[in-house]
Amino acid sequence: MSFRARHLLGIEHLAPDEIRTVLDLADTYVDLNRRTIKRTDALAGMTQINMFFENSTRTQASFELAGKRLGADVMNMAVSQSSVKKGETLIDTALTLNAMHPDLLVVRHPSSGAVNLLAEKVNCAVLNAGDGRHEHPTQALLDGLTIRRAKGRLQRLTVAICGDIAHSRVARSNLLLLGKMENRIRLIGPPTLMPAGVNEFGCEVFDDMRAGLEGADVVMMLRLQKERMDGAFIPSEREYYHRYGLDAEKLAFAKPDAIVMHPGPMNRGVEIDGEIADDINRSVIQEQVEMGVAVRMAAMDLLARNLKAARGAEAAGVMV
Amino acid sequence: MTKAMDMGATTFLTNARLIDPEAGEERTGNVILDGGVIAAIGSASAPKGARVIDCGGKCLAPGIVDLGVKVGEPGERHKESFRSAGLAAAAGGVTTIITRPDTLPAIDSPETLEFVTRRADEAGPVRILHMAALTRGREGREMVEIGFLLDAGAVAFTDCDHVVADSKVLSRCMIYARSLGALVIGHPQDPGLSKGAAVTSGKFASLRGLPGVSPMAERMGFDRDMALVEMTGVRYHADQVTCARTLPALERAKANGLDVTAGVSIHHVTLNEFDVGDYRTFFKLTPPLRAEDDRVAMAEAVASGVIDILCSMHTPQDEESKRLPYEEAAAGAVALQTFLPAAMRLYHDGTMSLPKLFRAMSLNPSKRLGLPGGRMAVGAPADLVLFDPDAPFVMDRFTMLHSKSKNTPFDGTRMEGKVLATFVAGAQVYGREL
Repeated sequence: MSFRARHLLGIEHLAPDEIRTVLDLADTYVDLNRRTIKRTDALAGMTQINMFFENSTRTQASFELAGKRLGADVMNMAVSQSSVKKGETLIDTALTLNAMHPDLLVVRHPSSGAVNLLAEKVNCAVLNAGDGRHEHPTQALLDGLTIRRAKGRLQRLTVAICGDIAHSRVARSNLLLLGKMENRIRLIGPPTLMPAGVNEFGCEVFDDMRAGLEGADVVMMLRLQKERMDGAFIPSEREYYHRYGLDAEKLAFAKPDAIVMHPGPMNRGVEIDGEIADDINRSVIQEQVEMGVAVRMAAMDLLARNLKAARGAEAAGVMV
Repeated sequence: MTKAMDMGATTFLTNARLIDPEAGEERTGNVILDGGVIAAIGSASAPKGARVIDCGGKCLAPGIVDLGVKVGEPGERHKESFRSAGLAAAAGGVTTIITRPDTLPAIDSPETLEFVTRRADEAGPVRILHMAALTRGREGREMVEIGFLLDAGAVAFTDCDHVVADSKVLSRCMIYARSLGALVIGHPQDPGLSKGAAVTSGKFASLRGLPGVSPMAERMGFDRDMALVEMTGVRYHADQVTCARTLPALERAKANGLDVTAGVSIHHVTLNEFDVGDYRTFFKLTPPLRAEDDRVAMAEAVASGVIDILCSMHTPQDEESKRLPYEEAAAGAVALQTFLPAAMRLYHDGTMSLPKLFRAMSLNPSKRLGLPGGRMAVGAPADLVLFDPDAPFVMDRFTMLHSKSKNTPFDGTRMEGKVLATFVAGAQVYGREL
């Protein structure tokens, strides 16, 4: 087994063989999750706390289910408003939770880097469930697994990521993961929604969606957040849909067997045509949700193993 | 400056490597301090009864005149008091502090200026002068009483990092300031383009997912200010020029005869954006750290004299305001004590000589503010720093810094350059018995 990380804060610090290890283990959990009896005891007796400073139904449910299927005691903390409004700092919240001896802390926070800060202050394994515009590593891992299972490989593929790249942590983590696995990445979107310095990312950048989709194996759509209308990023939803919404006509530029992905929740008619999203021959959006649970089980399992090993070594007086 | 300071004693500093920023040269020699001023340079023997200090060949330079130091009085004395800032300055070879008015409340009236002047006189072992706000509350709407404030001792007028966004207000402030000969200090930054930014835009900002500002925001702010300077004829200083793209505009303004100078903080010539690393908030500054190309360009501009003044931009912040997610964390770094050793990096890497460094750190700020200091010359104030440019140490923020706040980006860093003694008006205010 090759997975050395203590926390899963981002894809940035993972090596390709660590990514492969997560995906290989996740494959076994996909099989498990399709059985009637889905329970293992990999995390039996361990405590997992889901701390979401930002509302999320889907990701939180996925992490909760993953933890429960691994046998962990799972607690959800909705910290989005309560303690923050009372003036408690992130560090204090973390220290309070740390005193309850959790083993796995799953954190989502609206500020980039907040999860890194928190990880410095606690002595359990921390999983980043999305921090600001920075990273969303389990999303990239589940996307990687979905691609690998659909395409039979996760390398030498042409992957087009379309939409609001600038504000997307999903895009950030996917860029890093797909790059590490040696794929060809194209970024498609209006220049106002491209991150600064995008030309140094080692990707091809397109503002013409048709040109960008030409010959793509994978089409990854991103959610357009409604609040982007306010900051003069795009003129209107209908113009955005006209130029960057994925419909059958534009998808025809990709390879005939190209798969369509979306991290959800979708805005049908804004970034993606409803019929394409529901086309079982092209869309793998439901598979992504399924892979999400399996990948999170694999990531937590591996982190728990490292945590047990580190604590065992500590108890034996070995420097780690 | 403490009233008890003994200005009468005669001190004979011998065997010193004298740094003369005005002549742009250094030489070995002796200096006599008497009556608070430099009484003689190069004389062979000690006057009768003088205290003799053998400098052992170490460097003796005009003390640093630091333009733009934040002291937490009034309002945030827990972050920095005049006493703690003064001790840090003395230990850092800074003999004159020019304070910023971005306090709570802002220094925007003769009454608040009188308060800080009194506090500073009681507490500071070094000279402390004050700037005042340009607009009331630094809100960019109403002009302060520039005349009264000048009478009360304000050396310059600035809203610090609050850009006066309304060009009409700024132009009137400038016209009025010009009639009184007051120096206006601007913060070149387009407020719209830089809104909400925590880092400089580019690949690093994008990978970290942090909101960035284009270097062009500084150019735009500078260009606007230059147009208004040309219109009003005011004496103008840009507090911090940090981007290569601003330099041609600065050179052009000077060539066109505008009364313009510019400064840069020591951090922007010794650190770059990558130092932020994994969200290290001690590297969060205003304006944010720039690309390495910009850092190099700024260091070279200081060496060539295009940028006139090197300052510390000393900004104390407590642990709580820094222990936050990067975007929410407070900006600024303490720098009074690390200013000189950090500047030695530019000396050791060959960017500039010691006289050039002290031209930017001591002579030019003195000249710009009409102060007599910053010179290694007979008759100049005996404000001097004795230092060893090569002495190595590892910065430990908790044991070394006198500032109440310990937010230095150099914590744990290997540095070279130790202050051995600091003299203000001929009296030793820092250093062990020599």
